[in-house]
Amino acid sequence: MLSIRNLKVSIKGKEILKGINLEVKAGEVHAIMGPNGTGKSTLAYVIAGREGYEVTEGEIIFKGRNILGLSAEERACEGLFLGFQYPVEIPGVSITNFLRTAINEQRKYKGLDPVPATEFLARMEEKKKLLELQEKLASRSVNEGFSGGEKKKNEIFQMAMLEPMLAILDETDSGLDIDALRIVASGVNKLRRPDNSTIVITHYQRLLEYIVPDVVHVLFDGRIVKSGGKELALLLEEKGYEWIRKES
Amino acid sequence: MEKDQNNILEEVTNSDYKYGFYTDIEMDTAPVGLCEDTVRFISAKKNEPEWMLEFRLKAYRHWLTLTEPTWAHLHHPPIQYQDIIFYAAPKRKKELKSLDEVDPELIETFNKLGISLDEQKKLSGVAVDAVIDSVSVKTTFSDTLSKYGVIFCSFSDAVQNHPDLVKQYMGSVVPSNDNFFAALNSAVFSDGSFCYIPKGVRCPVELSTYFRINAANTGQFERTLIVADEGAYVSYMEGCTAPMRDENQLHAAIVEIVAMKDAEVKYSTVQNWYPGNKKGEGGIYNFVTKRGICKGSHSKISWTQVETGSAITWKYPSVVLMGDNSVGEFYSVAVTNNFQQADTGSKMIHLGKNTKSTIISKGISAGQSNNSYRGLVKVIKRAENARNFSQCDSLLLGDKCGAHTYPYIKAENHTSIIEHEATTSKISDDQLFYCKQRGISSESAIGLIVNGYAKEVLMHLPMEFAVEAQKLLAISLEGSVG
Ligand SMILES: Nc1ncnc2c1ncn2[C@@H]1O[C@H](COP(=O)(O)OP(=O)(O)OP(=O)(O)O)[C@@H](O)[C@H]1O
Ligand SMILES: [Mg+2]
Repeated sequence: MLSIRNLKVSIKGKEILKGINLEVKAGEVHAIMGPNGTGKSTLAYVIAGREGYEVTEGEIIFKGRNILGLSAEERACEGLFLGFQYPVEIPGVSITNFLRTAINEQRKYKGLDPVPATEFLARMEEKKKLLELQEKLASRSVNEGFSGGEKKKNEIFQMAMLEPMLAILDETDSGLDIDALRIVASGVNKLRRPDNSTIVITHYQRLLEYIVPDVVHVLFDGRIVKSGGKELALLLEEKGYEWIRKES
Repeated sequence: MEKDQNNILEEVTNSDYKYGFYTDIEMDTAPVGLCEDTVRFISAKKNEPEWMLEFRLKAYRHWLTLTEPTWAHLHHPPIQYQDIIFYAAPKRKKELKSLDEVDPELIETFNKLGISLDEQKKLSGVAVDAVIDSVSVKTTFSDTLSKYGVIFCSFSDAVQNHPDLVKQYMGSVVPSNDNFFAALNSAVFSDGSFCYIPKGVRCPVELSTYFRINAANTGQFERTLIVADEGAYVSYMEGCTAPMRDENQLHAAIVEIVAMKDAEVKYSTVQNWYPGNKKGEGGIYNFVTKRGICKGSHSKISWTQVETGSAITWKYPSVVLMGDNSVGEFYSVAVTNNFQQADTGSKMIHLGKNTKSTIISKGISAGQSNNSYRGLVKVIKRAENARNFSQCDSLLLGDKCGAHTYPYIKAENHTSIIEHEATTSKISDDQLFYCKQRGISSESAIGLIVNGYAKEVLMHLPMEFAVEAQKLLAISLEGSVG
């Protein structure tokens, strides 16, 4: 699904990612943990194709193809989804209109006709139920005036609607209350299929009790310094990052 | 009736209806420039009664004493009034055989707007053969109107057939000496629309210039008069979303609205005149005087406008709130791109007690354009408990464009409440990336964000206009972000 080889990335001349290697297979869930400011979001943005980052070395292979030359929207249309750490407000644009536009643009990319209105609305209903969303949320403007938790839920709702091949969820658990966390996690689990993959970026082992990862990575100062099974997350929770610092 | 039908037929079948006048006059043109004889010539050509000629001459003589206003935030080379032909008989444009002969860029725009093939042909001057439908639509339309006693015709027809109404109301809202461009229009106006809704009648259909009998292009000096008698209601739509090209660079229109007691007039405009090319060459200069008067108590006038075209827009749709408890509204989206300039806004003049006005203005500037809001809220001494709320927002795309706000407030009554809010924002990279990450291209993302920004205004447009206006906004800003 995704393989990143020796990826080095700078922002304004300062190197942030210093040679990342990562291999995610279809059907797998990977977790990335690590202290603040080590480059987790940067990695997510670079995979998603955000401008303003200088890739100085390495490659990102998605579905067998180097995507570094593709624009953000092309990558999205290829099946890449990013759940934002800080979702953006778009005043006056309803979630319904936003998602319909997104789905139709993705369909256009694939040479398909726009989604019929009834089919679209049925899908909205189905996914709203999956995430136990309030009825009126979809008619509100994208993220405008949403609480922190509502914003995160809305990210997963969009993921459910867009059905990506690879979803990167950047701290989707931060700001969620216990019930919301359970709903979001069970949503993610229900959307899991043998042919799609998920990368969750998180600070909390708790999320990984709900979304059980196949592999846990520790990102430290722009490098993945340790990878292991889900027990690694427990160990981190117990010992903190000092322990890794000493080891690496 | 039969004459009308013939005109309809002619309009629909005639490939250059867009550029022609309503009657089949001989091919002749007024001499270049403007003098008293030009005014007499126009009046004679239109077979006008003496009083109409007098009105024109008085306006002309006053115009001579005026100079062009210079207070607007607009820059253009001086207009050479003596080089303009103020009256020209219709030019026969070469008839095109098929859409293949039309500028592909124009066709692309039509397609994006979702304009039907037949409509495309009409707009671009290709001969259309299917007329049956249009004729029956037209007939049903005028049948309906006459049943209700609604008068809806060209201004010239009104001068001939309803002289008393015209005499009574023409110039009563925008006097011929109101301003430089109003005086010019009053002297040389070519044609326009006239609309009268009798007492207590709720006009059952949206009146649009598209359906106007004799709806041929009224040239560069258009004049519209709408009168809603006591308790009447009408929604009137002007313009169309399709790009309008015109050989005439200078346009100076007048729109007058009169609302009697308990009457309501909703006036919606989509203005998409040719804005000039990407280098800022060519394009229409649009100097418009639009004003309504809420004459009776509890009357209401709303202006809603979407301005995307013209090289220069100078336009301040206003409401004089004379009747007690009357209401004035102004909702505007003005887009400027490339080298376009717009100086637009509204005036709300509170004369009556408990009068209320709302101004919502959304400016969107891109490229190297300049977009100014200019508004006046005036409350006179006797206008107790007047209220105004104004909100003027500017959205900037890129850093080479300009947005300016000039709100003027004159309140002479201390019981009035006047609120003014203004914001300036930009489309952020974060917003664009968020959209792109969902698979939405930059162009669509801008369209989406801009439409969201303008939503408060667009929702006041009649349904069929609103959908087209949304597409138009997106198209007008194409290529504005790299
Ligand atoms: N646009 C930018 N300009 C300058 N520095 C940046 C920019 N974006 C990120 N950085 C820097 O890059 C480093 C990595 O940031 P990043 O957001 O990827 O961290 P993170 O691991 O996601 O942290 P957190 O756990 O707090 O979310 C930080 O030092 C940050 O300040
Ligand atoms: Mg982060």
